[in-house]
Amino acid sequence: MNSRRLLVLATAATLVLVACGSNSDNAKPGKTASAVQQGFTAPNLKPLDKLGTPEGQVNIVAWAGYVENGSTDKSVDWVTPFVKETGCKVNVKIGATSDEMVSLIKTGQYDVVSASGDASLRLIAGGDVEPVNTSLIPNYADVFDALKKKPWNSVKGVEYGVPHGRGANLLMYRTDKVKPAPDSWSSVFDANTPFKGHITAYDSPIYIADAALYLMKTQPALGIKNPYALDDKQFKAATDLLKTQNANIGEYWGDYLKEIQAFKSGDTVLGTAWQINVNLAQAEKAPVAAVLPKEGATGWSDTWMVATKSQHKTCAYKWLNHIISPKANAQVAEWFGEAPSNSKSCALTADKNHCKTFHADDEAYFDQVWYWTTPIKQCLDGRTNVTCKDYGQWTTAWQEIKG
Amino acid sequence: MSESPDARRSGLSSFAGRVSGTLHRHTWLRLGLLLSAPMAWLLVAYLGALAVLLLSAFWTTDVFTGAVVRQFTTENFHQLLTLDVYRTVAIRSILVAASVTVICALVAFPMAFYMAKVASPRTQRFLVIAVLTPLWASYLVKVYAWRSMFSGNGVINWVLQPTGLHGPGFGLIATVVVLAYLWLPFMILPIYAGLERLPDSLLEASGDLGAGAGRTFRSVVLPLVVPSVAAGSIFTFSLSLGDYIAVQIVGGKSQLIGNVIYGSLLTANNLPLAGALATVPVAIMVIYLLAVKRTGALDQL
Repeated sequence: MNSRRLLVLATAATLVLVACGSNSDNAKPGKTASAVQQGFTAPNLKPLDKLGTPEGQVNIVAWAGYVENGSTDKSVDWVTPFVKETGCKVNVKIGATSDEMVSLIKTGQYDVVSASGDASLRLIAGGDVEPVNTSLIPNYADVFDALKKKPWNSVKGVEYGVPHGRGANLLMYRTDKVKPAPDSWSSVFDANTPFKGHITAYDSPIYIADAALYLMKTQPALGIKNPYALDDKQFKAATDLLKTQNANIGEYWGDYLKEIQAFKSGDTVLGTAWQINVNLAQAEKAPVAAVLPKEGATGWSDTWMVATKSQHKTCAYKWLNHIISPKANAQVAEWFGEAPSNSKSCALTADKNHCKTFHADDEAYFDQVWYWTTPIKQCLDGRTNVTCKDYGQWTTAWQEIKG
Repeated sequence: MSESPDARRSGLSSFAGRVSGTLHRHTWLRLGLLLSAPMAWLLVAYLGALAVLLLSAFWTTDVFTGAVVRQFTTENFHQLLTLDVYRTVAIRSILVAASVTVICALVAFPMAFYMAKVASPRTQRFLVIAVLTPLWASYLVKVYAWRSMFSGNGVINWVLQPTGLHGPGFGLIATVVVLAYLWLPFMILPIYAGLERLPDSLLEASGDLGAGAGRTFRSVVLPLVVPSVAAGSIFTFSLSLGDYIAVQIVGGKSQLIGNVIYGSLLTANNLPLAGALATVPVAIMVIYLLAVKRTGALDQL
């Protein structure tokens, strides 16, 4: 316990050093490019070497729609078979934002988390999650190679989790109110929008990247190459755009149910959403549709990770293996509306075109999607002559945008 | 089997006698025992939590991992004082709390007056229960009910439709209305209690001396119930200042000081900054209480 705390402190100290003297640090030889790129040193934690007897329960932090036991929709259930098979009771806590997930895992009360790229590296650096022994997870073999050992789920070739699936943040709109159908993010950023007071945006600092992405495509003069790597000038342009947008916002949404309700009542008619929000709103007979705008979009590639402090690691590994199994992964991908991570899932989806619709193995498509990533001082686009705004500054700016 | 029950009883009673004798002789011990439980509660649960909050306000966090770095810094307070957004939000919160208090006072006074001075004892009892009833319903249910009232196609817009007007929709006005609704009982009850203590003879004397209703109200009733109103305002003001849920549900995009604290804690994972921000409502309440103390309202609680 103490040595672990020391490790965390050492990591924190290293980070402070990296943050304070980035120039001298970068120049130091012996530091691998990827470590500098990621901006942190992972604590030296060991993965589990073998499974024990299931502990009877597993506590999961997940995105809405990732852990369904039939209570939302009777036919949507991949928890019950898991409980029957392993004897691990599943307790789930829905995280509304990546930040909330990070704070939840830090409490030490959870075993497993479905972390997006803007949470995974923070959890790794903080020693909150440990490397995962993928040889204990048989279904890992079937995961698309394009998703394995990526900068958001591994450090220096060590896997910290198993890929869940990926997708893009969409533009949802009321088909009866927004005519013609929008095809560009300009509809939510236009200062003179006819939908003043009825636009929504995702209530998290990471949403600044959506504005940056829009500027990347519409104002090339700013020179934005990666919406998560913004220098002073680019950052100001993005936050100014969001401050203008604030005048037209009706409500920000963090809770997905709140967004669905607002679209259903018509108080919100236009704004960013997840595919599952669209599906659920449509299931409630709200006249809504969604589109991937022509500028591309931000998105996510999620990773199931195991908490370092977990008391139920065998059940945790069983869950990881279950959720990326061909059947369960197909079910969750179809329910949430995203691309599955298991290559065999594509044959098992109810809609046979699901993998095609969501571009499961279409890397060219996902090159247009900017996965959520934590912004750090070292510019993620590789620039070394400027410092970029880190996530702390994004957070402060987000509060200023909301006013 | 060595002791008879009688002997044991007498042993016990002599022990009890010794204890009571000791307590009788040492008043400080008696007082200490009596107050130790509440004092411990006050120190640990109340002042302790505040102290930890204040202490953590001087720490900082690692922005990347979110881990708290226990190193003394005044950075949080520096941010608090230099960033416009915190000042704007603090002022907005004070204005909301003040509006809620004024509305509650204006609505509560006639109601309390009727209850205390006009209604028959039977009606009086019924009205007290009626005022208290909303407190039994869940806070969230009530606020969500108001959300559907203020919604674009909600009851308010439906009622206003024939007049061609539009309801305020979600926003600060909705927040003020909902908070005023939620905290109204906390204003009615102190004013009612204050008016009940006001002897009817004073009102009759005022009338006998030729004062009209207005003059009696200004010169007799008002000065005597000001402390009660101030006492009620402590509840409405502090409850409104600390609320962050109602504004999330009916406030649209507006944020109050509670939301900013909540956001720093949960969104930014920054306990130290949240601690620093939390000193703002504490400071406001201390100032408010000192101001209220001058009206003598604290003696009315």
